[in-house]
Order: sequence, then structure tokens, then C-alpha cells
Amino acid sequence: MKKIGVFVCHCGLNIKETVDVVEVARTVKEQNKEVVFAQDYIFMCSDPGQNLIKQTIEENNLDKVVVACCSPTLHETTFREAAKEAGLNEFQLEVANIREQCSWVHTDKQLATKKAIKIINSLIEKVRLNDSLEPVEAPMTKKALVIGGGVAGIQAALDIAEAGYPVVLVEKSPSIGGHMAQLSETFPTLDCSQCILTPKMVSVAKHKNITIHANSEVDMIDGIVGNFKVRIRKKAPYVDPNMCTICNDCAEVCPVWVPNEFEEGLAFRKAIYIPFPQAIPATYTLDIDNCLGLSPIACGKCREVCEANAINYDSYDEIIEEDVGAVVVATGFDLYNMEKMQEYGYGKYPDVIDGLMFERILSATGPTGGQVRRPSDGKVPKSIVFIQCCGSRDPEHHNSHCSRICCMYTAKHAKLYKHNVHDGNAYIFYIDIRSGGKGYEEFIQDSVEKEHIIYIRGKAAKVFQEKDELVVWGVDTLTGKRVEVRADMVVLAMAMVPSQGTLDLAKKLKMSTNEIGFLTEAHPKLRPVETVKAGFFLAGAAQGPKDIPDTVSQGSAAASKALALLSSDRIFHNPETALVVEEYCCGCGICVSVCPYGARVIDPKKKIALVEEVLCESCGSCIAACPTGASQQKNLTDSQLSNMLNAILKGVS
Amino acid sequence: MEILYYPGCTLKNNATNFEESALAAMKHLDIHLKELDRWYCCGTVFSMAQDNLMLKFGAIRNLIRVAEQEQDRLVTLCSMCYNTLRRANAFMRSDPERLRKVNDFMYLEPQTYDGNVRVMHLMELLDQDYGFERLKEKVVFPLNGLKLGAYYGCMLVRPQEFSIDANYESPDIFERMLNSIGAEPLDFLYRLECCGAYQTVTDPEVTCQRTYAIINSARRVGCEALVTSCPLCAYNLDQMQEETEKLFADFESLPVFYFSELLYLCLTGRFKQEWYPKHHVDPKPLLQEKNLINEVVV
Repeated sequence: MKKIGVFVCHCGLNIKETVDVVEVARTVKEQNKEVVFAQDYIFMCSDPGQNLIKQTIEENNLDKVVVACCSPTLHETTFREAAKEAGLNEFQLEVANIREQCSWVHTDKQLATKKAIKIINSLIEKVRLNDSLEPVEAPMTKKALVIGGGVAGIQAALDIAEAGYPVVLVEKSPSIGGHMAQLSETFPTLDCSQCILTPKMVSVAKHKNITIHANSEVDMIDGIVGNFKVRIRKKAPYVDPNMCTICNDCAEVCPVWVPNEFEEGLAFRKAIYIPFPQAIPATYTLDIDNCLGLSPIACGKCREVCEANAINYDSYDEIIEEDVGAVVVATGFDLYNMEKMQEYGYGKYPDVIDGLMFERILSATGPTGGQVRRPSDGKVPKSIVFIQCCGSRDPEHHNSHCSRICCMYTAKHAKLYKHNVHDGNAYIFYIDIRSGGKGYEEFIQDSVEKEHIIYIRGKAAKVFQEKDELVVWGVDTLTGKRVEVRADMVVLAMAMVPSQGTLDLAKKLKMSTNEIGFLTEAHPKLRPVETVKAGFFLAGAAQGPKDIPDTVSQGSAAASKALALLSSDRIFHNPETALVVEEYCCGCGICVSVCPYGARVIDPKKKIALVEEVLCESCGSCIAACPTGASQQKNLTDSQLSNMLNAILKGVS
Repeated sequence: MEILYYPGCTLKNNATNFEESALAAMKHLDIHLKELDRWYCCGTVFSMAQDNLMLKFGAIRNLIRVAEQEQDRLVTLCSMCYNTLRRANAFMRSDPERLRKVNDFMYLEPQTYDGNVRVMHLMELLDQDYGFERLKEKVVFPLNGLKLGAYYGCMLVRPQEFSIDANYESPDIFERMLNSIGAEPLDFLYRLECCGAYQTVTDPEVTCQRTYAIINSARRVGCEALVTSCPLCAYNLDQMQEETEKLFADFESLPVFYFSELLYLCLTGRFKQEWYPKHHVDPKPLLQEKNLINEVVV
């Protein structure tokens, strides 16, 4: 006969007030002859409480223990550690939740006491059939993959590389730098964005531990935490970065002009181009979608003029395979599609632009050389209307979330505009001002008081072009009046949404997202950079809208989490995983299709399903889906579940 | 093509030119608008009261008339009828319990209503069933050089789920129709704004202010006339110009058409004599100046 010990916690008054703990301990012992010890105690999680458990295990030679207290998410580890110290296998201890699921939600003490007894009885039934388990072990590949070369990915890559581990940095576009490289100046200090970013980009380029794959995308990641197999698709490198001298001869002769993505379409580039002078990798890129053709008959001008012989038309997409132990996903954001806001006339009126376009107009390296000029006719705008929350905080039509950075960058835009055009008028339509960062509120106050930027509290309803003027209709909710502002230009603070790359990757790698597509962290407060996929960490705006300081912090946080993983030689994993009763398995593969973690695979030889224990997160999906009952969960088998149910339903008709 | 047609009250009284021109124009396109038997007032304004079903009975009875004739579509000309009928229909369809209550109440009706009638505006019918391209081919006297402001007002596009054009913030069905008959529609600031509606009864000055703003914004971009599909808009924008002139010394008048009058004009080259007195601002000088009237002298 097993010897089971039961410990009932008072949790101060949290449990004791609603549950008669003495009665519970007495009854549980009375009802289960295997329970040789049952006692209540004021705080089981305290040091004396833990000692009580250890002592009792040793003195009574307990085989199994149930602690009735708060939720197992809080103190299960505490008590299992204590049990381990007393020489018991940690999986022979179970926690019965009589606080969150009993005392906190009930008021009738008599009924709550009865319920607590049932909860404990069911856990006694579970622990009776628990097996002693040992953590699952696997080796560790000491190398990291960072997806996305914006400032989040740059920071994460640098931190991991600095700690001495090799990093593979994959970037979709021809250069790292992300959106931050496009920005003019940054709030609230108004320091030049490129000036502070490019040193970091150079460090990445120079770092011996970092390998950059630009023009590349992650195709697939297989394997398990600590041992991922990554397949990277690198677009055909028509220009050899090691030979390219960045002389610009090729771009000079290229006859094709296309809108420049880096300039947000406000300027043009050639089909062979360098996105911006400080691009990393420092090389030209041949845009094959717009190139006239790779044969000398079609064009071939660039290769003719390249003295360095860096251009090779005979180049193909490459598949690069890498083994890594941890992955940082930093795939960034896009701006919400302005075409979805027809009332503001984007597409119809060339002088209605978004915030990123305005960044380029303000930028000294931008299409207007830092002079504020409007796109339609190059005129210096004498008044600009800025509209905040375009597509944000509008659940009825667009997105419900707040994009967090627009209040600040709009104030910055208006300020920089006023610095540039001294007699210009800046109007800002806002819902309310969110300036929660360090020095942010001061920045806003300064814009209002010293720069005389006109803040109008209310939404703009409509933008309309009459002759060469834009008419903006809105409401000033402070006076309750409708307002009409005539302006030369309108800048829309479009919502931040996950980048297309983020959405694609989430689908490819089965990462969970919220309804908009931002990647989901494992816990919104306590595990903000981890994901439910072991070994995957999040950084930057792919996880949610963020400004630069937060993005960089998160980049470092993700790096430190990845480093904690990489620094161990072996990895350990909770062994309460799914298991397969081989004789029942028909190899139908339903478990493979429902597993969100890729932990279920079909054994090609035996034609039955297996469990990759290191990957299994014990969610139970496969167990519920298995039509034959072959999929079971360790320490939560069908017989355990049935016994637990019996214990709970006993006496219920 | 034959389709059931709902005239509504105003078209039988003040806006006879609207109905006559539409019926005549459609005849030229081989579309027979068959007047709904025993039709009823639509209720005019869709009641926002969620619990008072009585206020929707007018609209629903009309839809029952349609179902009675084993038809599933009903065409309107007036924007207001279009809006009221369409919304009453959706209101009923959205809740089976509501539909049951209404049917219980109307137990004397020969059949129950299931909410399956589709209410369409004539412009929608021309766009989706007939096709503006086909209309263009039928045009004999294109309205070349006529700069028009397509005035939607509220009832064709609001609320958004009952908009005649899916792109409710920036609709273009009206403009596409005017294009197909050879005219040049111009985008103007107030094309989707309210004309003042029933304020014209209680506070005509409000309506005059709207008329002033609407017509001025159309004039600013070069419109030579406004086009509407609503008798109330037409009244406020056209008839009320008389009062508007008194209030605003700088106000300059502008003719206002029903879209159907222009359809008839482009198909026949004629504008019927009896329609002119229905207009406060006489459109004749404009039509003559643009050489759009081709009266055949027998």
C-alpha cells in the first residue's frame, strides 16, 4: 500500500476564511486509507512549511504527497524541489488548487469545505498512479539565429555575439537597418537616427561572430529547442559583395528607374542599386524583378562597365542550412495600408502622405535634401495638418490597438517642420496624447508651449482637395465645434501593424499571434520575450508597437534569454509529455496535424506516431484528438483522469 | 427586363418629373419598371427605435406585397425610400424572433414574410444588371461637356452597411453612371454631406446654410449643375435657393437635375416641357448653351 501525505495550507486567511482547513485534513485522512498523514499549516510555502513537508516525507517514508494550496503555476516548483530534497521523485508530488478554484470564488464555508475535500481527493487519485519521471535531456547547439535586421535584431545579434556565441542574422531586404535607418531624427532628444544606428550596423558587419545573410528569408525551421535545423533561402547574389567597390558605375548606366522603397516611393532608384550609402552589407543589389534581362542581348550594360568584375549574371538562389540552438524573431512592423482610409484621400491626393514618407522628407539624406517640400509640386508647405490614430484605436473600422509611438513622432514631425519652415503652421488632430516615456511629456509640452503647434482634440473626418489646397474637416471636441483647416499637406500617423514578413513567418513556423498578427509572448508580464515555442524569443515591433528605446531593450532581453539557453551544455525539459501506446496506434497522423509544436511525427518504419519529448509542451491536443486512445499523457492517463472524475463526482447524482 | 418598382409618395406628387423621366428612360433601355400593386408609404424615415416594431410596418408591408407577387427584388428611385425599405428589411432579417412577432401581428396578410426581398436602387440595377457599359452604347445624345456634381447626400451611402457603393467613404457609382452618359462628373467637397433634410420645415435657415455651402463647393470646382436621386435633396438644393439668395447676397444659383432626367435626355435628346416648371432654377439655358436639346420639329 502506498503512503500518501496531505498538507493543507491556510494561506493566511485566503483559504482558511472560506474553507475549514482542519476539517478538510481530518476528512481527507478518514476517506482515504492510503493517506497516512494529513495536516494543515498556516503558510506551506514558507521555510518552516517546506521543512514540514521534507520532515514528514522522511519520518513517515511517504511515497506520494498532495499539497492543497494555491495554483500550481505559483508554487508547484517550490514544493517539488522540497520533495526532491527529501529524496522523493519530484513527480510524486501534486498540488491541489483550493485557493483560486475554491476559497477565492466561494462564500459559503460549508460548501467550499466540501469542494476543497473533493479537489484534494481527485489529486490523491492522480498522484496514486503517478510514475516517477526524470527530466528529458538533449544536447545544445551553441549558435543563434536572428530573423530580421532592424534595430531589434541588430541589438540581439550584437549582444549574443559579444557573449562569444556565433550568430546568423537573416534580413529580407538588401541591407540591415530596418525602419530606423529611414528615420530623420528621433524623439525626444532629436538626435539623428542614422548617426546613432550606423555605428551599430558597422559593428554587426565587423563582428567575427556574426554572419549576415541579406536578401534572404527563412524557409523552414525544423527540430527542437537547442537543436534547430534552419533552411535559409538567399536570393541570387548577382553582385559579389567582396568584389564590389561601390563605385556606382553600374547604376549610372542602368536604364531602368523604379520607385525607391527606402525613400517610400518619393524618389526613384535604378534596377541595380544600393538602398542607402551606409547599407550593410556594403554592396550593390540587382533587382531581378525590374532588370531588363540578364543577357547581353536584352541589356547587360552594368556588367560591361563594372571594372571590379563583381557582377555575375550566372547566379542562382541559394539554400543555406544552419544548425542553431536558439532563435530570436525580430521581423518588425509595417504601416497600416493607407488605402483602407478612403476618407483621407490617400492615392487620390499626392500631398496626403504617411509618417514614414514624412520622415524621408525631413531627412537630410532624403529626396528633398532635408528641405520640407510637398510631393505634388515641390512647394514648401505653409501649413501641414497631422492626423493621429489613423487606423489605430478604431475597432469598428480598423484596428483596436494603440500604436504607441504616433503621439510622439507626430509632435516630433511638427517640431522639425517648424524648425524647417519658420512661418509654417502645424495642426495636430489627436484623440488624446500618450507620452509615457522618459522625457516624453516634457517634449510634448515644449511642442505646445514653445513651438506653437496647434493641437486640436478630435478626429479628422475627411480630407478633400480643392485646387492646390487640402481641406481637412474635423471636430474640436473641447469646444464642441466642427473645424475646417486648409492646408498644403496632410501627414497621416498610420497604425503600426506586424510586417508582412512577420505574418508569413508566423504562418510558416506556426507561431501564435494576436488577432492583428503581432507575435504572442509566453506571458504578457512575466515572460515578455519568450514564446510558447521553446527556444524562440521575440524582439521589437513584431511583438507589438514599440519605440526605439523599448525595441532595443527587448532586443537585449531576447539576447539574454537566448544566452541563458546557449550557455548550458544540455537542455532539460518537463517529462510530463505525451506518450504513445504503440499497440493502439494506427498511424493515422491526426496527432501530427493538431500538434502546435511539431512534437508529433510518424515513424516511417513502424508506421506509428512518435513523440519528440523535448518539443512536447504537454498541451494535450493530440490526446484529445487521438481516435484510438493510443496518445496518452504521462501522469495524466485516461485511468488517472477517470479516477479523478470519480473522486469529484462521488455523491453527485 | 421587368422588375417591380416602388414609387413612393413624393414621386406621385411633387416629383412627378422624377418618376416620368425614369419610366420613360428605362423604356428606352427595355427595362420595364412595373409599379408595385397596393404599395404603401415606406415610413419615410427609418425609425431608430429598436423595440417599437410598429414603426417599421409600413416598410414591411410593401416588402410583403413583393413576396406576394413571387418576386424577390424591388427597385426604388427615391434615395429615402431606398434607405428606409432596405434598413427595415435588414432589421427584420437580423432577428428571427422579431420576424415572428411581425408576422404574428400581420396575421391578416395572406402570407408571412421571410425577409428575402432585395431592395435595390435604380442606379444599382443599371450598374449591376444592365451595366453602365451597355448604357453607354445606348446613349444617342451624350451629354458632352456638361460638368456635373453628383450629389449623394446621406441616404445613398449611410449608414455604411446600407451604402449603395461598398466604398462608402469614397463612392463612385453615381460618377460612373454620369461618365457613361457622356457627362463630366466633378468631385466636390460637399457631395456626401447632408442637405438639411427636414430642417427645411422647422428651421429653413439651416437648410439655406447647407444649400449655400453645397452649391458653393460645387461651383468652386466648376460644376454647372447638380444631380440628385432624392426629392427632398432636390427640394432643399433647388427650391430653397430662393430663400438662400435672400440670406446670402453673394449666392449664385445652380440648376439641379434628377439623374433620370439626364438619362432621358441622353437617350432621346429631349427634355419634356412639363418638367421645366418643376425646377426652381431653370435648366433650359444651360441645356441650350451646351446644345443638348434636340427637339424634333414636326
